Amino acid sequence: MEEKELVIIGAGPAGLCAAIEARKKNIDVLIIDENIKPGGQLFKQIHRFFGSKQHMAGIRGITIGEKLLEEVEKLQANVWLDSTAYGIFGNRIAGVIKSRKKNVTVKAKAILIAAGAVENPISFEGWTLPGVMGAGACQTMINIHRVLPGKKALMIGAGNVGLIVAYQMLQAGIEVKAVIEIMPKINGYMVHAAKIKRFGVPIFLSTTILEASGKNEVEAAVICPVDQDYKPILKRTKSLDVDLICIAAGLQPLNELLCQAGCQFTYKPYLGGNVALHNENMETTIDGIFVAGDCSGIEEASTAMEEGKLAGIAIAEKIRKRKWDDEKLEVRNRLNDFRIGTFGEKRKISKMEIEKEYYEKVKN
Amino acid sequence: MKKNDLRIYDHPILGKLPEKKRVSIYFNGRKLIAYEGEMIAAALYANGIRALRKTEKFKQTRGIFCAIGRCTDCVMTVGGIPNIRTCVTPVRNGMKVESQKGRGRWKKKNW
Amino acid sequence: MKKLRIDETLYIKTPGFLSEQRIRKGPVAIIECTQDIPCNPCETICPRKAIKIGLPITNPPEIDEAKCSGCGLCVLWCPGLAIFVLNYNFDKIRASLTIPYEMLPLPGKNEKIKCLDRNGKYVCKGKIEKVTPPKKNSRTSLITFSFQKKYFNTVRGFKK
Ligand SMILES: Cc1cc2nc3c(=O)[nH]c(=O)nc-3n(C[C@H](O)[C@H](O)[C@H](O)COP(=O)(O)OP(=O)(O)OC[C@H]3O[C@@H](n4cnc5c(N)ncnc54)[C@H](O)[C@@H]3O)c2cc1C
Ligand code: SF4
Ligand code: SF4
Ligand code: FES
Repeated sequence: MEEKELVIIGAGPAGLCAAIEARKKNIDVLIIDENIKPGGQLFKQIHRFFGSKQHMAGIRGITIGEKLLEEVEKLQANVWLDSTAYGIFGNRIAGVIKSRKKNVTVKAKAILIAAGAVENPISFEGWTLPGVMGAGACQTMINIHRVLPGKKALMIGAGNVGLIVAYQMLQAGIEVKAVIEIMPKINGYMVHAAKIKRFGVPIFLSTTILEASGKNEVEAAVICPVDQDYKPILKRTKSLDVDLICIAAGLQPLNELLCQAGCQFTYKPYLGGNVALHNENMETTIDGIFVAGDCSGIEEASTAMEEGKLAGIAIAEKIRKRKWDDEKLEVRNRLNDFRIGTFGEKRKISKMEIEKEYYEKVKN
Repeated sequence: MKKNDLRIYDHPILGKLPEKKRVSIYFNGRKLIAYEGEMIAAALYANGIRALRKTEKFKQTRGIFCAIGRCTDCVMTVGGIPNIRTCVTPVRNGMKVESQKGRGRWKKKNW
Repeated sequence: MKKLRIDETLYIKTPGFLSEQRIRKGPVAIIECTQDIPCNPCETICPRKAIKIGLPITNPPEIDEAKCSGCGLCVLWCPGLAIFVLNYNFDKIRASLTIPYEMLPLPGKNEKIKCLDRNGKYVCKGKIEKVTPPKKNSRTSLITFSFQKKYFNTVRGFKK
């Protein structure tokens, strides 16, 4: 068995930022990621981020990713890539398949779970055909693998992810035939909708998908308007000539490892579903198990980075038995700056509820 | 560009596709060109192959769904080992990739 | 099927839109960003402090007609691609619009184009006047194209 002070599972923006903060405080850090390259979802985010100067606003996700990797390297954190953490066992022990070859157990003073999220599917006739995929999956294909998963596409869902990925599909050279949204209005920001509208992509409101058709792969999509009760108005169906259908129906935290560690959960729809209870230091109901990023509730890369920093500092405090209150306050202020507006406010309230529920549980 | 070549050679933000070493893989015995280090499923999609396996009971085709190793829709038999998530497994020169039926079967000779 | 439409009148009288009087004077930024987005790079990047958001940063950007020179820096850095520079006095009969452009291939100078409205619908013919290719740090190009003056509040994009 190996021993480390801090084991971080997931080298996405949350995990990397935590590693940077902990290394700055001289904590012995090991980052584990199952991918060949670190960065999590950051390197597929080729758009500029919202936010303020402190949040690196106006900079693209890919550029932020490069900066984080530089810093991690400079601070000499250990990174095991191509390595999957398959379990958390009693007393903070992580089970890892190192480099796809060797089973290694690592004992740690603290474990940070920053494993990210998984996309929500929606089911309809033919949704399992090749050519139907998550919007994030399409983003991965075009921006990471640089391969077109199809040439003519339908996007389901006009939230921010659906709108942003539809724009990135245009950038990759995919013809986006339509974006459909079952609600009577779009859920994403108007600026994102305007970007694709200017290129003539129609956004159909109060519209759903009935079927993906095709023999062995997607060859067409059947869409249909819905009434006030979201029931399809079947006599007005329309067929679209597409070979790619992307689903942007939100994300949910990847909770397996947290479950296994014995963490307690609560249901928070604005944060993507079941979320591990955690306090203002990102510590879960299990002593020494921390959580950050999408794993602690779906938000954005910018918030994932701040949460990662917060966890990194808090973990260093716990291990070194010291206080860095000023630094934590700075991070929390930046987080609060972000949790405002139409989307942010609801997440902020959910986060406050989580903290309250945490203290109710931990006291008892 | 060849008919079935679905690679994005130039991109407004990401620039030109970096030159990489080419390797060969075999899909159900058919030789395909892939780039060193790329994921098996990406190489297959780049060659216009999207149906990666068939389900056990209804023999339905499946392809990439999540592309980040979470859903297992893309599993294939690789080098005789079934249930390999091809969206997160890189190609190697000479690799044999086979579309899998149902749960697949281990091929003894590779053990 | 009900389509989302972005109307010409939507941004008039919002804080990012200027008086017609100012527009007639020459190059100026037009900001089409009216929701409570936590975002302010347009405010921080402007060398003339012509854009005000303040606190909280969800305030919609407000433009100061007197200060803006139409330099286009904010156009390049806005994550929403929501800012354009309009030059109503490009020449006697034509106005010009500078837009951020992140597609390939880039158009060439003097190329004839079709001008489109906010919904991607054809409006009129136009001509590419200037192409500023992407710099490494921004990876966004700026394209300036001209068209008949009367469409200054209609045209927001183009196709070849
Ligand atoms: C496909 C996809 C696309 C997205 N696109 C956008 C977007 O365009 N804009 C936006 O704002 N947000 C987007 N998001 C949301 C995105 O998750 C956040 O922006 C941000 O990346 C979350 O950071 P994170 O560090 O929490 O997780 P991630 O970036 O997901 O990083 C988690 C890492 O942990 C690894 N991991 C997980 N489990 C294990 C394990 N057991 N062992 C080893 N490693 C493990 C994962 O492989 C991954 O590399 C997207 C999410 C997904 C899933
Ligand atoms: S065009 Fe230049 S001067 Fe005008 S608001 Fe933008 S950055 Fe400021
Ligand atoms: S930078 Fe763009 S998206 Fe952000 S507030 Fe300014 S105008 Fe709106
Ligand atoms: S596509 Fe989901 S695991 Fe490969």
